[in-house]
Amino acid sequence: MEINFNKIKRVLIYVFLLAFTFIQIFPFYWLITFSFKSNTEIFDSNNLMGLPKVWRLENYSKALMGGNILHYLLNSVLYAVLTVVIATLLSAMAAYAINRMYWKAKGIVAVIFSLGIMIPVQATLLPLFQGLDMMGVRRGYLGLLLPYITFAMPMSVMILGGFFKSLPREIEEAACIDGCNIFSMFFRIIFPMIKPGIATACIFTFLNTWNELLFANTFVDSAEYKTLPVGIMSFVGEHSTNWGIIGAGMVIATLPTVVIYLMLSKQVQESFTVGAVKG
Amino acid sequence: MKRLLSNKLYIAIFVAPALILFIAMGVVPLFITGYYGLFDYDGIGKKTFIGLQNYIDLFAADAYFLKSILNSFILAAGSLFVQLPIALLLAILLANGVKGEGFYRTVFFLPVVISSMVIGQLWCKIFNSDGLLNAILGFFGCTDDIAWLVNSKTAYMTTVIPAVWQSIGYHMVILYAGVKNISPEYYEAAKLDGATGFKAAMKITIPLLMPTIKVSATFALVGSLRVFDLVYVMTGGGPNHASEVPATLMYDNLFVKCRYGYGSAQAFFIVFECLLFSFLLNCIFKKSEENASAI
Repeated sequence: MEINFNKIKRVLIYVFLLAFTFIQIFPFYWLITFSFKSNTEIFDSNNLMGLPKVWRLENYSKALMGGNILHYLLNSVLYAVLTVVIATLLSAMAAYAINRMYWKAKGIVAVIFSLGIMIPVQATLLPLFQGLDMMGVRRGYLGLLLPYITFAMPMSVMILGGFFKSLPREIEEAACIDGCNIFSMFFRIIFPMIKPGIATACIFTFLNTWNELLFANTFVDSAEYKTLPVGIMSFVGEHSTNWGIIGAGMVIATLPTVVIYLMLSKQVQESFTVGAVKG
Repeated sequence: MKRLLSNKLYIAIFVAPALILFIAMGVVPLFITGYYGLFDYDGIGKKTFIGLQNYIDLFAADAYFLKSILNSFILAAGSLFVQLPIALLLAILLANGVKGEGFYRTVFFLPVVISSMVIGQLWCKIFNSDGLLNAILGFFGCTDDIAWLVNSKTAYMTTVIPAVWQSIGYHMVILYAGVKNISPEYYEAAKLDGATGFKAAMKITIPLLMPTIKVSATFALVGSLRVFDLVYVMTGGGPNHASEVPATLMYDNLFVKCRYGYGSAQAFFIVFECLLFSFLLNCIFKKSEENASAI
């Protein structure tokens, strides 16, 4: 009898997991199918959720060529890559100083960075807007890069801090005996040792920068510097009646993150939790 | 070595770039927002100091602000009482070894890595009067074709559902890591006492998981109080301010109506609210953590 009971329980667990899988995946499945359909096909009640009868690739070519989507895509790549490189480098240096160097104010500095994780970014929006305007950088790539780098740092400092803490002291001692100076010690010896931490921080920063909407929507007013999420938003407005093209645009905007995620899903999940669980 | 690592110049070179940038672009603007909140200021004319009047107006003279707070509380309730329990259940199931565990985790977490803009637009298409939901309802014979997004009774719920849906995977992964951190010794001890499965989960896993649940609950609560992206993308706070949350109202005041002083007060209120509620949550959890340490 008991075995039967366990079996039922097991079946129930899998039914629940599969049902939840369906709930999580179905909206994306539907998005992909309608991105290949024309309006009449999308609203055709006989094939609402089915695969497209004709795969309309032209939705994708229209989305890519019609708007500035390709340009926005390149912009987003530029913002994301520069933010990842600069923010991770600066954060790594700061986190190293906070966790491995000897000075009095490091506790306060750690608290200041941790503020950045707690404080809603909305509360900095207007003064940042004015400040960037005053410096004359708002209408340019720096207008978004500076805030992106700034707000990527707190989390990166926290993630990397955990990795620095776990290093044994002997590493620096050995480096000192070998006569390293601080910079070659940091970049040649320490940096390679925390590669997993660097990867985690980079992934987290990349995804957040790529998906960022509030700053991008507020600070950028010319199409030249727009990012993909904002670009898609105005694109949706322009083609509001043509769902197929909108769907194609949304798939294009999502593809890079999904590809990265599927390749590195474990690291991506870790990058989102390492701060939460250790902090 | 200690001398090398205490060298003031080196320390400055390592910390200063990040710290200066963060203070200049993160901390200073926060204080300026707090300062603006005390003024009647439209960005062009003179700033007039009015003390806490903006904050009084938030509650006494603003028809939409209380409603917007209430809306953010609804989302907070959805996050705490729907999203977290589901995430917890999934985390415990997956952490206890299910075939295809990695696959489920990958799938459940997927919506987290996708931009709120795409999530919002996609759910707009689902809730659109020509959209998927009405089509499914129509299939079951309900052909009312409700315009979910533009009906003031349903508009806000259309943003709550995707918000709750999107982050289940996020909390699941946090809680999963927490469950995995629990030492197996506890379960072995419980097994000797005859506690397995559901009983072990209630008596061992959940109490020992409390610190992680606290983190998840804080993120869920604070995230709900400051929610912006999904609401902005899906309804923009409309129709007729029915789906407004504090952050969308703030945005409207700052960048549409140019009420810099008043909007800044709203922004600062959100900060205050987030800190207050994370503090309260901390207090609530303190008790349960004390219980857990008794195990």
